[in-house]
Amino acid sequence: MSQADINTAVVDPGLTTRMLRTLGLVAMLSGLLVVLTYRFTLPMIEENKRLAIERALFKVIPGAVSRQDFVITEQGIRRAEQNTEGVTLYAGYDQEGRLKGVALEAAAAGYQDVIRILYGYDPYCQCIRGFQVLKMAETPGIGDKIIKDADFQQNFVALEARAHVSGKGLEQAIVPVKHGTKTEPWQIDTISGATITSKAIARMLNDSAQQVVPIIQKDLAIVEAGL
Amino acid sequence: MSGLPDTTEKITLDTFLRGLWEENPVFVMLLGMCPVLAVTNSAINALAMGLASTFVLVASNSLVSLMRHFIPKQVRIATYIIIIATFVTMVDYAIQAISLDLYNALGAFIQLIVVNCMILGRAEAYASKQPLGATIINGLGIGAGFTLALLSLGTVREILGSGSLFGVALFGENFQPWVVMVLPPGGFFVLGAWLLIFAWVGQHRQQRMDQQEVAQHDS
Repeated sequence: MSQADINTAVVDPGLTTRMLRTLGLVAMLSGLLVVLTYRFTLPMIEENKRLAIERALFKVIPGAVSRQDFVITEQGIRRAEQNTEGVTLYAGYDQEGRLKGVALEAAAAGYQDVIRILYGYDPYCQCIRGFQVLKMAETPGIGDKIIKDADFQQNFVALEARAHVSGKGLEQAIVPVKHGTKTEPWQIDTISGATITSKAIARMLNDSAQQVVPIIQKDLAIVEAGL
Repeated sequence: MSGLPDTTEKITLDTFLRGLWEENPVFVMLLGMCPVLAVTNSAINALAMGLASTFVLVASNSLVSLMRHFIPKQVRIATYIIIIATFVTMVDYAIQAISLDLYNALGAFIQLIVVNCMILGRAEAYASKQPLGATIINGLGIGAGFTLALLSLGTVREILGSGSLFGVALFGENFQPWVVMVLPPGGFFVLGAWLLIFAWVGQHRQQRMDQQEVAQHDS
């Protein structure tokens, strides 16, 4: 507080009250407006989030028309209910209610910022069937090749992610290889010119699959029972 | 400032138009450069950002104008910031409700409208001294000027950098986009070019006016 302010405070005893009154009133009004807006927009925002997940989901699980959410807990896979802690697993079913595949979120640091994807996993062929980017800030024209590059997308026609017989981790880790040197089904042919971004995809898929694939294979019956 | 008497101005067409040209927040006053450079990589982002800022500007300045006699000058900036932050939060929720894609594209820049000096500057320099009507009209004008400026950057950058406008592809398959235009340097290039055009047009006008004056003087 400057000298001048202190002086006015002494001269005008009602000032403190007026300042408190103004700030209090404005803060209350502010709180009211924010809460009203929040209550009003909440259902729309949740609907938008649901649509966004479903749009991505039905793209990574070919043939799926309906979904059921599960949660991977320490005890195994459970149906998603409120307050269940763990990784969310989205299962997609066809018209007859047959399981077509599951989808999970994965994330890893890219070139600019964390990249978040939703990938589809087919438990019958034990392979990853595709992914959709949920959020990324990679350089346009360079990092976004992971979406547009047809050769890169070829990796995910059937990328092997087979659970290890011991029930822990994958039989073969998903690894990125230099462009044009892919020989095994668990390798990801990276994009030259977008190496960091394509390696990030490989890393996040490997990290996620190492953890969840064995659990999915173990509790597949629960997911199949589904709808 | 609340202590000073209102220097009320009459509402004329100029109250609105000033924001578009003479006091254009971007091209003349160079205010709010952060969103101008950051979110103008496509026309739709630019438009959304412009409209969101306009809403916050008009709504917050109206409230400031209504309360101008009650706000002690010692806490005026704090009060303005609370008012602005309130409307920014409302816009934030509204954009999430309208489109998540748009919300993700604009990222942190919606919340950053709080610190857009164009809005605080208008509250301090205009709304705190003028009645509600004039404030709304002037705010709409400034907002329109801001939106127009963002759009002029956004359209140019999207056409050159992605070969599309509002997401609609303009050129054939063979178009090689000039990627740097949608990256941060492109923002500076296009802004520089627009400022050049604005300065050039302004100078020409001035020259013409001077010449007319001289001609009148001679006759």
